[in-house]
Amino acid sequence: MENLIALLVAAPLVGAALLLCGGKRLDRTGHWIGSLLAVASFAVAVVLFADMLGKGAEHRALHQHLFSWIPVGGFRADIAFQLDQLSMTFVLLITGVGSLIHIYSIGYMEHDERRRRFFGYLNLFLAAMLLLVLADNYLLLYVGWEGVGLASYLLIGFWQHKPSAATAAKKAFLVNRVGDMGLSIAIMLMFTTFGTFAFGPVFAAAGDASEGRLTAIGLVLLLAACGKSAQVPLQSWLGDAMEGPTPVSALIHAATMVTAGVYLITRSGAIFNLAPDAQTAVVVVGAVTLLFGAIVGCAKDDIKKALAGSTMSQIGYMVLAAGLGPIGYAFAIMHLVTHGFFKAGLFLGAGSVMHGMNDEVDMRRYGGLRRYMPVTFVTFGLGYLAIIGFPGLSGFFSKDKIIEAAFARGGTEGWILGGAALLGAAITAFYMTRVMLMTFFGEKRWDPEEFHPHESPKVMTVPMIVLAVGSVFAGGLFSVGDAFVRWLEPVTSFAHGHSPVSAGVVTAATMVVLAIGVGIAWLMYGRKEVPATAPRGSLLTRAARRDLLQDDFNHVVLVRGGEHLTRTLVYLDHSLVDGAVNGTAAAMGGLSSRLRQLQTGFVRSYAVQMLGGAAVLVAATLLMRGV
Amino acid sequence: MSFPLLTATAVVPAIGAIATAAVPAAKRTAAKWLALLFSLATLSLAAVIAVRFDPGAKGPFQLTESHAWIQDFGVRYDLGVDGIAVALIALTALLIPFVILAGWHDADPSPSSQLRSSRGGPNEGAEPNRPYSWRPTQGFFALILAVEAMVVLSFEATDVFLFYIFFEAMLIPMYFLIGGFGDRAGGRGEQQAAAQRSYAAVKFLLYNLVGGLIMLAAVIGLYAVTAHQLGAGTFSLPQIVQARASGALTLGTGTERLLFLGFFFAFAVKAPLWPLHTWLPNAMGEATSPVAVLITAVVDKVGTFAMLRFCLQLFPEASSWATPVILVLSLISIVYGALLAVGQRDIKRLIAYASISHFGFIILGIFAMTSQGQGGATLYMVNHGISTAALMLVAGFLISRRGSRLIADYGGVQKVAPVLAGTFLVGGLATLSLPGLAPFISEFLVLVGTFSRYPVIGIIATLGIVLAALYVLVLYQRTMTGPVATEVRAMPDLKVRELVVVAPLIALLLFLGVYPKPLTDLVNPAVQHTLSVVDKKDPKPTVRVDAVPGGGRHGGTAQTQDVEAAK
Amino acid sequence: MNPVYYLYLAALLFTIGAAGVLIRRNAIVVFMCIELMLNACNLAFVTFSRMHGNLDGQIIAFFTMVVAAAEVVVGLAIIVSIFRTRHSASVDDASLMKL
Repeated sequence: MENLIALLVAAPLVGAALLLCGGKRLDRTGHWIGSLLAVASFAVAVVLFADMLGKGAEHRALHQHLFSWIPVGGFRADIAFQLDQLSMTFVLLITGVGSLIHIYSIGYMEHDERRRRFFGYLNLFLAAMLLLVLADNYLLLYVGWEGVGLASYLLIGFWQHKPSAATAAKKAFLVNRVGDMGLSIAIMLMFTTFGTFAFGPVFAAAGDASEGRLTAIGLVLLLAACGKSAQVPLQSWLGDAMEGPTPVSALIHAATMVTAGVYLITRSGAIFNLAPDAQTAVVVVGAVTLLFGAIVGCAKDDIKKALAGSTMSQIGYMVLAAGLGPIGYAFAIMHLVTHGFFKAGLFLGAGSVMHGMNDEVDMRRYGGLRRYMPVTFVTFGLGYLAIIGFPGLSGFFSKDKIIEAAFARGGTEGWILGGAALLGAAITAFYMTRVMLMTFFGEKRWDPEEFHPHESPKVMTVPMIVLAVGSVFAGGLFSVGDAFVRWLEPVTSFAHGHSPVSAGVVTAATMVVLAIGVGIAWLMYGRKEVPATAPRGSLLTRAARRDLLQDDFNHVVLVRGGEHLTRTLVYLDHSLVDGAVNGTAAAMGGLSSRLRQLQTGFVRSYAVQMLGGAAVLVAATLLMRGV
Repeated sequence: MSFPLLTATAVVPAIGAIATAAVPAAKRTAAKWLALLFSLATLSLAAVIAVRFDPGAKGPFQLTESHAWIQDFGVRYDLGVDGIAVALIALTALLIPFVILAGWHDADPSPSSQLRSSRGGPNEGAEPNRPYSWRPTQGFFALILAVEAMVVLSFEATDVFLFYIFFEAMLIPMYFLIGGFGDRAGGRGEQQAAAQRSYAAVKFLLYNLVGGLIMLAAVIGLYAVTAHQLGAGTFSLPQIVQARASGALTLGTGTERLLFLGFFFAFAVKAPLWPLHTWLPNAMGEATSPVAVLITAVVDKVGTFAMLRFCLQLFPEASSWATPVILVLSLISIVYGALLAVGQRDIKRLIAYASISHFGFIILGIFAMTSQGQGGATLYMVNHGISTAALMLVAGFLISRRGSRLIADYGGVQKVAPVLAGTFLVGGLATLSLPGLAPFISEFLVLVGTFSRYPVIGIIATLGIVLAALYVLVLYQRTMTGPVATEVRAMPDLKVRELVVVAPLIALLLFLGVYPKPLTDLVNPAVQHTLSVVDKKDPKPTVRVDAVPGGGRHGGTAQTQDVEAAK
Repeated sequence: MNPVYYLYLAALLFTIGAAGVLIRRNAIVVFMCIELMLNACNLAFVTFSRMHGNLDGQIIAFFTMVVAAAEVVVGLAIIVSIFRTRHSASVDDASLMKL
């Protein structure tokens, strides 16, 4: 069975190589090849999953060692895979949602002349993401980590002829690189501390390292997670990343890649559990981001950017849960999976709307679309109900558990975190209701002459339906007898939190804030007509539209500052460093032209010099003698 | 006596240089094929060296050859290779055929005689009225082969004096290559271009000559010391290392430091290390891109190689003494080179500054004095050679199409020439050390090696990976993406010859990124030997882990070896 | 007679010659002054030879004469050819060999 693991990665990798190097002759079949290989990978994953279920909980982890990768002195990195319950969960999510989105893209990208290349990049992404979750050591994880960054770069910038897309792609890669710096420092720290960076030995030895070291490792891992998962302060790239084609936003920037940070933290649980300070930093980042993303999501009129804010916020929930330690890991992953379903579904729905609306993204120019796109409306609506945590749907189960766990942290911290999570739930309900109302309800705010909204083809709607089914039932299924928690327990361990408020009260409170959020949204956008041009709005709204001024800060401090720095350095390099060299050369030249003046050409002056020289020589000889 | 393989590897390109230069003026194409043939013959000899070399064997040098040369001064014709030298000889022999192929048309005589007469350089006065009376094409390829011969010999020499001769002599063909054959990026007057070219060539020559002369003083000093203490003066590296180890030769602290500085200065100019770097952007900017590859990927490697082979092994104590300063300088190189690369407007100068940043990494790795650092630095030399060659040669193809080196003159190339853009991106990604490509491994090893001894320097050097992403992606964005610029609308995609140049380099980058073991196996024993001469050991991890081979799932028992004070 | 007087004479002759080289412009006169200096040296050599009872000084005096003769041959030829082209024998006029 172990030998199948490499096949998971190999299938999409072969696809990427074929499609990217295959040239034009694959233009007509490329998308089928790409989708087929994604589905093949999913099939392998299902086989491995079935096999895993047949074994006892403690014997489920599989290990495959391919070859020794970098052996230098005490430094050994291997190409080796590890498939345990946590990886399995991710593999199923990645290949499952990935396959659906491949199929959806066949329709969505139908008219793009570079469709073959698009599928090549998607396959490359799948391979890198699978590598990330299957690696058995941090360095190989790092390969996948940067690999998904590359795929994300290529896909955000897929429509490169648009300068905005190219800039967004570059920004995403750069911000991610800052995070990657954290990951590489973490690996270096692990190497100097433990002499290895393979998961098993590091986690086994973590207890022997000093807490200061572990905290340092935890903090740099958090930096890495912030970059990949768009957490404050490295969140600024996610909104711009919506420049990419919508299936990309659904797969990479909602369901899978951006959750890699949560995977990293959960995987490194053994380190974080021993470093409470690092854990505190994690929960703070999570709590801040969940509010930050939610607030940004409220103000955006671009449907994809509103969803991006929501993604950020939901990942904030996951990071918060992962920071809580064993009482939260399982719920973080559970929310991650359910979020994968409903957020991918929502994005695909948004893509379907855009597909029917000539790629218009401004929600103020939608309205009343439910009559024209019934399937999209129903699937999007189910996703909506799931994300706000409507009782019985997926989001309800996973988010509720996270809020409970936040309270269970105990003390003042518990109240603050729980409160933040509750507030986040209210805002989530508000902005999602706003998206729903502005898009599908109300009067049409578009010109019927110009737009002809229509339902998308089957190849697009079927994946949406599948994801909607997942959004409805996944959470409930996972919660039957705590199935999901027990499935993950051997890897992440699990502890029951002791909440100061009972579970029932938390659920009730969640329901109340949910109702409030939906109600306010209905008052603002359902009852009243939505203006087609955005009103000026309050100070907070305007700030939120600009991503709470974080971009402006980056621009002024980093971009401008960096530009000035490089310009100064270029000038200094020319004038100071090179100037010193050229100055030396010029000084030599000047000196020699001065000395040249001594050569007058007059024989008699030469004769004087000779005589003088002779006299000096004689005098010197005599003086030397005298001494 | 066995076949003198090492000599043959250097002699073949030398004969090739003479043969190519002797081809009659009219038969330019024949000269090109001849040069290519000789470079391929050298490559196969280098392959034989790599096969015959046994990494596990005892003794520092293998395939040795030794002949008396100038007996009065103890100068010997001593050749020998260790793993590092084998890797670099292989790199050199591998890159030269690509350089020749990429420069296939770079030295074709231009139809306008005005251009020819302003070309400057060695042939300026030669009969201006008869077109094609001089033979630039033959000269170009002959000079490239001559450089190859000298570089190979300086990798092989184990006699300090012999090394010095070829270290200096390679300046002469390089001077003519830079000054005589500029790229044909129009936009400037030919006259002005020729002036800038000769400025760059003279700067290159003077810089390196100054370094070389200081080194010559140190070489003589070394001879004097050995003559004084050993009775008979010697330049033999193994002999000196052995004499120092056995105590027969003791250098005073001051003497050793001075000699070390003399050697190091020359290598730091060649490498180049901040603040001795300013010749490189000029030289790489003005030269044709194959020559730029020759400079940065091949010739400069002699500098870093010589630091490992001569500076560290001849003067271990002085090397330790100078380490802090050198580490700081290389750190400055890394950050400074990257920042300046961001600020460049000229594609080739940008790549030159990127190279300065990468050389900073190499020197950092060498002087971190850990097996990861030095192993990484050696791999870095090889990988940087390949990745820069890929990026620079594609950049050269791009520049020759548009006739401009300015980044601002491009835009949207991706749309009209996707293969060119794709290969350029892969070259760029290799330059920014993307995992999965070869340079990542070397860069990470250097960082780990540095970090394990000097954490703060390691962390600051890590900044380099962010800055590398910045300059590569900015370059890619400005040239390849966005709306298609008017002038590039009719730009053709890569031709077969160009693809033949780039594709193997990219394949190699991928292969060595996934499976670098052949290279690490080659290099590791040599690095261990160097470290044992310098008398340094890798720092021990603070927590000892009995790692399961292959990084098994659940490691064995863990025992604490608490080096740092327990919390 | 005290041989030292010969030395004084030699010094005097040398000084006269040197002054002539430095002061006079006419190439022929400069030339004759050089001859004077050479001969002053010869005188000194011979005197020293006498004083130390050693023949080396006299041998060197012969060498000097040979050199002086060769010099006259080459020098006069140069002066004559300069005079032919420039119609002047002034050494200051021939100051073209400068950078």
